[in-house]
Amino acid sequence: MMKNMTMRQKRTLLRIGIAAVLFAVIFFLPFEGIRKTLLLLIPFLVVGWDVLYDAVRGVLHGELLDEKFLMTIASVGAIAIGEAEEGVFVMLFYQIGELFQSVAVTRSRRSVAALMDIRPDIAHVERENETLDFDPSEVSVGETVVVRPGERIPLDGEVISGEALVDTSSLTGESVPRTVCAGDSVKGGFVDTSGLLRVRVTAPFEESTVSKILDLVENAVEKKAKAEHFITRFARIYTPAVVAAAVVCAFLPPLLGLGSFSLWIRRALIFLVISCPCALVISVPLGFFGGIGGASANGILIKGANFMEVLANAETVLFDKTGTLTKGTFRVTKTSCTSEIDKIRLLRAAASAEAQSLHPIAKSLTEALNELTGESPVKPNAVKEISGKGISADVNGKAVLCGNRKLLSENGISVPEVGEAGTLVYVAEDGYYLGWVLISDEIREDAANAVNTLRSLGVKKTVMLTGDNEKTAKSVAEAVGLDAYRASLLPEEKVTAMEEYLNGPERKGSLLYVGDGINDAPVLMRADVGIAMGGLGSDAAIEAADVVIMTDQPGKLPAAVSICRRTLRIVRENIVFALAVKILIMILGVLGIAGMWLAAFADVGVAVIAILNSMRTLALRGGRLRSAADVNVPR
Amino acid sequence: MKKVFRLEDLDCANCAAKMERAVAGIKGVNSVTVSFLTQKMTLDADDERFDDIVKEAVKLIHKVEPDCTVILK
Repeated sequence: MMKNMTMRQKRTLLRIGIAAVLFAVIFFLPFEGIRKTLLLLIPFLVVGWDVLYDAVRGVLHGELLDEKFLMTIASVGAIAIGEAEEGVFVMLFYQIGELFQSVAVTRSRRSVAALMDIRPDIAHVERENETLDFDPSEVSVGETVVVRPGERIPLDGEVISGEALVDTSSLTGESVPRTVCAGDSVKGGFVDTSGLLRVRVTAPFEESTVSKILDLVENAVEKKAKAEHFITRFARIYTPAVVAAAVVCAFLPPLLGLGSFSLWIRRALIFLVISCPCALVISVPLGFFGGIGGASANGILIKGANFMEVLANAETVLFDKTGTLTKGTFRVTKTSCTSEIDKIRLLRAAASAEAQSLHPIAKSLTEALNELTGESPVKPNAVKEISGKGISADVNGKAVLCGNRKLLSENGISVPEVGEAGTLVYVAEDGYYLGWVLISDEIREDAANAVNTLRSLGVKKTVMLTGDNEKTAKSVAEAVGLDAYRASLLPEEKVTAMEEYLNGPERKGSLLYVGDGINDAPVLMRADVGIAMGGLGSDAAIEAADVVIMTDQPGKLPAAVSICRRTLRIVRENIVFALAVKILIMILGVLGIAGMWLAAFADVGVAVIAILNSMRTLALRGGRLRSAADVNVPR
Repeated sequence: MKKVFRLEDLDCANCAAKMERAVAGIKGVNSVTVSFLTQKMTLDADDERFDDIVKEAVKLIHKVEPDCTVILK
């Protein structure tokens, strides 16, 4: 702990040490009465002179209820009524508490900074056959930077040569490294772990992903949570209230003839010892700060502490389909064939016929064939594209028809009706029907798991809003296990649909919307919390959303909810615990059971415990979500 | 105009809250946050009086905590 302290903190520590030793020595010296009091003034001044100084200055500025002033009255008061030991002890403990708070906060701040330590500091730029080092902010778009193994990629760009494994964890929270080679785009902040890369810069530093993320997290503390506002308001009335109670305690009982003034003044001083709301004022924002930091280490960027409260209270979750629950890419997901041989024959015919087409369907057919057999499609002849219907081609001397139902039936081939969701491609060879291939968007591996986990976290309703047709929507909703879905919605209808849920009669908790940020900015803004997934790609998403999930894993969503819940619980624990201890001390003090020793000890203790408790938020992870689905490599 | 200032040696959370209250009271300040944790002040104030407001804010911050310095960039 020592080496993490600032100079100032070290000096305070030294003063506390000296004062403590002096205090202990004097305590056991055989002096009594006024002599002992005078001697005790030495450690008192050593440890507390700055508090006294600040108190006097505060009073001159008209700050009567400054906690340093109150601490001064409490300790000087104790000395004045002949309880010098208690006075010194209170001051000593006050300083220990202050020092601890300051060290704890410095440390948390550094931990969060370390979590967010993604700012690249150097760029090796190729200029005129030379490689020169620059600050990333001085590199312009279009220049080429060299990244060596072990280094951080300085700016967003595209790989022009080289191949390497890159660690994306600082940006995405993703633990499995990704392989990149020429043509792939990379983000500044990724760490090159294996090979040499040459990267052409595509965005200036200020616009790079890493700058945006840093900005976002740094500004997050500006948006305060309700609990923080509560504490600010509370702190404002707490001190005056405690001081008022102290005054009442000092004068009312003796006036009523319940004991001497000196007895009650002594008890009243206890109130002043606990008059600082420090434990709360520090631990509550620190808790949120840690929670936001911990979440960002998991690839979840939360734009403000206020959103943590709303997220924790999630009741309804609306999902966008394409790009959120599904990958937004198309793949062969099913064929009509039951045997492997038939399937190969079907795919070979279809992929070859489509081989020269640029349609995404052609690509997915080729991929499917390649996956199954390892072979590439045959080059087709006499390719004829029949607009809106499909393709006819000569593949190895056979006339292949590949397209929708209409294409085949027009050519006299009868085709069965198939009730599958997605795009169906029917294939015929030499007038003979081979079967169909289903091409559909793939559901993300952890989507079902995410929905399930959300439900176990108490989310009551999960709904999908999509512009896609009924059939596709239904199949995705069922596969993922959603409660409901709304299909064929135009973008503006999504807002209307969401409003129905927002204005739902039984709604108590909050409404979350999860989208990919493409075309759904209005919905993202309208929701209680708008969450953008895979936000690294889209600027609009980072702007419109309140929470950005940097990877495209729906599994991060329950993780975010659970991090927020646990952060809030820690914050609440602190509020209740600190208030309970303070009230207890006041009661014990009035009853004459607790002395100033105990009050000082308990007050500092509660602050220390609350701060340590808050620091736990830094280590919050998504919980039991590190399943196989959680570590799939994103595209 | 909105600007972020770094606060050096901002040592107590309650002081940050006091600074925030004090600066918020300056005429022309739209919103202000003093964050103890990030040691930053985010000040949003009227454009025409911005420099004067900053000067006044610095003075008020000094009054609350004399050791704290505002880094003007």
